[in-house]
Amino acid sequence: MADFISSFWDLYVAGLTTFGLLLCIVLMVANMTKQKPGASPQMQGHVWDETLREYNNPLPRWWLILFVGTVVFSIVYLVIYPGFGNRLSTTPENDAGLRKEYADEVKKANEEVGKKFAAYKGTPLLALAGNKEAMETGQRLFLTYCAQCHASSGKGSKGYPNLTDNDWLYGGDPDTIKTSITEGRAGVMTPFAGTLSAEQIEDAANYVLTLSGLDADNASAARGKDVFAANCTVCHGADGKGALSMGAAFGALGAPDLTDGVWLYGNSLEAIKDGITKGRNSGPGSFENRMPAWKEFLGEDKIHILAAYVYSLNKDRK
Amino acid sequence: MAQSKHDAIERNVFLLIVLALLAVSVGGLVEIVPLFFQKSTTEAVDDKGNSIADKVKPYDALRLAGRYVYIREGCYNCHSQMIRPFRAETERYGHFSVAGEFVYDHPFQWGSKRTGPDLARIGGRRDNEWHRKHLLDPRAVVPGSNMPAFPWLDRPLSVSIGDHMKALNMVINAGVAKPYSESDIAGAPAAIAGKTELDALIAYLQGLGLALSNVQ
Repeated sequence: MADFISSFWDLYVAGLTTFGLLLCIVLMVANMTKQKPGASPQMQGHVWDETLREYNNPLPRWWLILFVGTVVFSIVYLVIYPGFGNRLSTTPENDAGLRKEYADEVKKANEEVGKKFAAYKGTPLLALAGNKEAMETGQRLFLTYCAQCHASSGKGSKGYPNLTDNDWLYGGDPDTIKTSITEGRAGVMTPFAGTLSAEQIEDAANYVLTLSGLDADNASAARGKDVFAANCTVCHGADGKGALSMGAAFGALGAPDLTDGVWLYGNSLEAIKDGITKGRNSGPGSFENRMPAWKEFLGEDKIHILAAYVYSLNKDRK
Repeated sequence: MAQSKHDAIERNVFLLIVLALLAVSVGGLVEIVPLFFQKSTTEAVDDKGNSIADKVKPYDALRLAGRYVYIREGCYNCHSQMIRPFRAETERYGHFSVAGEFVYDHPFQWGSKRTGPDLARIGGRRDNEWHRKHLLDPRAVVPGSNMPAFPWLDRPLSVSIGDHMKALNMVINAGVAKPYSESDIAGAPAAIAGKTELDALIAYLQGLGLALSNVQ
């Protein structure tokens, strides 16, 4: 891209390049040895070790042709890849050779590969999840873009939801999965460090443990019941069954069901206390507990296949 | 005739040196010098010449500290920060890198070898917790990874970042004012107080490539 701050630099490049090319030719011609056919060969004039002399023969014809060939090649090259500046270039302004090549490559590939993705655009997600060929494509997409966090099996790890266990934070119907991939998700949980005392947090954590029948300090848990009711039920529901249990309108909260034995960050007292104390995501701009939005990067067609693939990972759907 | 000129050059070492230097400098004069006078290589603009100055900002104290951790640990030996304009790369990593994104990178961390993936657009692609786990033990999140673990990073930062800011003020010329004001420099120690090297490195990584990112 030639976007010089002054047109001088355009001329400067073109001028020096042309000068260099001309110099190659001039030096070449000026130093050529000419010899008539049949004439006795010229000598260099040096004598080494009393008798050694060197011929001053003309350059071999093939070498000369190669040399001139490189000069001609460079002129063609410099016109295509704007080495002479924008004036003589065949590629449009602000669109140098490489950039154009890239644009062409993407366009060509998108026409070819894009068709394969677009072919499934009209297929409903449910039907697509049963399409073997589409799911093979989906698996490859998943391994490229999703496996870093959700693991190649889709089973996730601590902090990264298992996508195969039929347990969903935001809803597991195909359309909701598609929305999750498209728009991303930020699992916002308020930090309670400033609101609750350390004892209250400990009590609430013990109560949460009892919700799924885990061993807990019962006295503490009994006290925690009130803390839970006052602070946690807005998102996790009165019975702790999570945002989804309160109806689809609350689904976007993503607050997990605390009674189902699925623990994103572990089920130790420490892990739960840690979550309550520090929260999980402080809202917009936070890079904690979030999944990025893939809308622009992947585009609708690929996301459509991916959503069906993620849905298909859940073998024993209810 | 021509022969005698050739002779004169070859027999005079000084003349030969001067002419040889002139000959080899032409490449630099044509290919390097004009880059100093081009908007796309000196200002924060994208590949179409539009300004991205509102998105490309000087590294704040924490990110800058993270950058020095990145350099110290030699991350650039295995990770590039340069997405080339090939479809195979842009499909995986996102928009190709443009010079304008690196106006505050001194020295830039483009790297030249990819044992691990390119990091030019890693910002926002993973959450902080992923980076934390991955840096302390890469196998915890990527079972087949051959990246070494960096368990010692979870320790307090000890870097006089204000001095680094002063030094950068002297060398960075992004076509704008100095990257760091007096108050930035004065506030630097407070901005990184209590932070670990891990925090700094993650903050640095999360800021990479956001100017042209298409993943939110």
